[in-house]
Amino acid sequence: MQRLINRSIQHFLTQTYGAGLWALVAADAGLGEEGFETSMVAANCKTDTVIDAAARRLGRDRLALLEDLGIHLATLEPVRRLLRFGGASFEDFILSLDELPERVRMAVTDAYFPTIETGQHGPGQYLVHVRGDMAECPAIFAGALRAMADDYGALVLIGAPDSGALRIEVLVDQFTPGRRFDLALPGAA
Amino acid sequence: MDGAATEPMLCLAGGQIGRLMPLSLWLGPDGRIRAIGPTLRKLGAGIRQGADFDSVFERLRPALGPLATAAGQRVDLVLRGDRQTLFRGQALDMGPQGTLIDLSFGLHAAQAVRDHGLTISDFAPTDLTVELLFLTEVKDAVMAELAAVNARLQEARSRAEAHALTDALTGLGNRRGLCDELGRSAAAAAAGGEGFALAVIDLDLFKQVNDTLGHAAGDAVLIRVAAALREQTRTGDFVARVGGDEFVLVLRGLTDRRAIVRLCRRIIAAIEQPMTFEGQAARVSCSIGVSLSSRYDHPEAPLMMADADAVLYASKRAGRGRVTIHDPDDPPRDARRAARRKAPSKGEKPGSP
Repeated sequence: MQRLINRSIQHFLTQTYGAGLWALVAADAGLGEEGFETSMVAANCKTDTVIDAAARRLGRDRLALLEDLGIHLATLEPVRRLLRFGGASFEDFILSLDELPERVRMAVTDAYFPTIETGQHGPGQYLVHVRGDMAECPAIFAGALRAMADDYGALVLIGAPDSGALRIEVLVDQFTPGRRFDLALPGAA
Repeated sequence: MDGAATEPMLCLAGGQIGRLMPLSLWLGPDGRIRAIGPTLRKLGAGIRQGADFDSVFERLRPALGPLATAAGQRVDLVLRGDRQTLFRGQALDMGPQGTLIDLSFGLHAAQAVRDHGLTISDFAPTDLTVELLFLTEVKDAVMAELAAVNARLQEARSRAEAHALTDALTGLGNRRGLCDELGRSAAAAAAGGEGFALAVIDLDLFKQVNDTLGHAAGDAVLIRVAAALREQTRTGDFVARVGGDEFVLVLRGLTDRRAIVRLCRRIIAAIEQPMTFEGQAARVSCSIGVSLSSRYDHPEAPLMMADADAVLYASKRAGRGRVTIHDPDDPPRDARRAARRKAPSKGEKPGSP
């Protein structure tokens, strides 16, 4: 999971801000040129350093950067599709997040994934707890949920992570038609 | 149906059945459709109230006997109006109330979903069709990733292998590569395949270049020699650098003595071309010894190597800058051969596996 986050950060920064910025960030963090792509052991302790270095270089808040990473990940077509399988509407999707670790394990048997617990506290009011070893996960999740709300066409308010908990208020479940999602792609079995 | 009469009865409206089982059908005792689940209704193809079941659906299973039983039985169906859409389901005989059939797309879900533009809402929460599609998609993605990783690994392995068989300075083969190549060629020739010539080339005056102009000059000379050897040989030939200033060629298909002598003389001429290094003249020459697989009843790498070495020494003794071909009818004296044997790196004999 750590490796996935590391490679995602590298991919995100390179795609969004260019190879030049990534090179600066990698150098600041004391990473080799190839970054997280090849080195494995050293990389695991560098995640924080890289995020801090990137935040400094971009003049952005660390949490905001992690949310951006979450948005970036959820907009990658394969990831976006796998998340959309969770529900027909955004609210259905939120309620299906408990099963997300199970879904991930259907893909990769022994993948590590944080535990997710969703509670409903009123009409359209949800509290999503992200529990795991990695401190970055709740913020990345917040970003991913923001992206999925757009994808579904829902109008929502998502609070900043507070001890791993995300407060979500669905103002309008179907505010826009959202992006199209085909359950089966052409050419699939 | 006495058993049924004593059980508590549930009364369901046609629409209620459909809400619980979106891919269901209620048939009257006359075999006509009375209620249709909402997802089934979306498929069109003549599925409508009042239609005769057998004119809309074709039975694939059970092939014989009644469609439904009181205990419920598995049915496989296909739409007559759209033969790409297959179903598997369960048919329950309810006596005077008709037949209740609950269907799913089974393993053909992706096709049906695509053909009819179905979405997550078209499936009951108990129907794992959506999970099946998820799993299929994720499996394909993981397989593609594995294939990509595998391809990268194979590529890395090939590069590592090539690296292990290459002389770093000149890019020619190294001693290990030569062993492999020579072993293969000797085995092929021994099995009655293509013959070959083995040429061992030793540079003359190389030590002087190193001593007077330095090692950088020596390296430049070696690189130039390698280029000359590549130029003079064909694509299928194998060229290796096996020692400080020692090179070996495996010349496939070359068995004609005169052709080999001509080739070697061209090589010598090319190597003798004057070159300069940082304004200073650097001249080398070379001596060559050749053994031919056709001269052996049973060509063997170590023997051919030793014989080529021996005639290389003969070339040096005869004045350098020349080629000598090993002649089994006139082998050089053993004493010379022993003296000629340089201490090879790691105690390996040139050409031995």
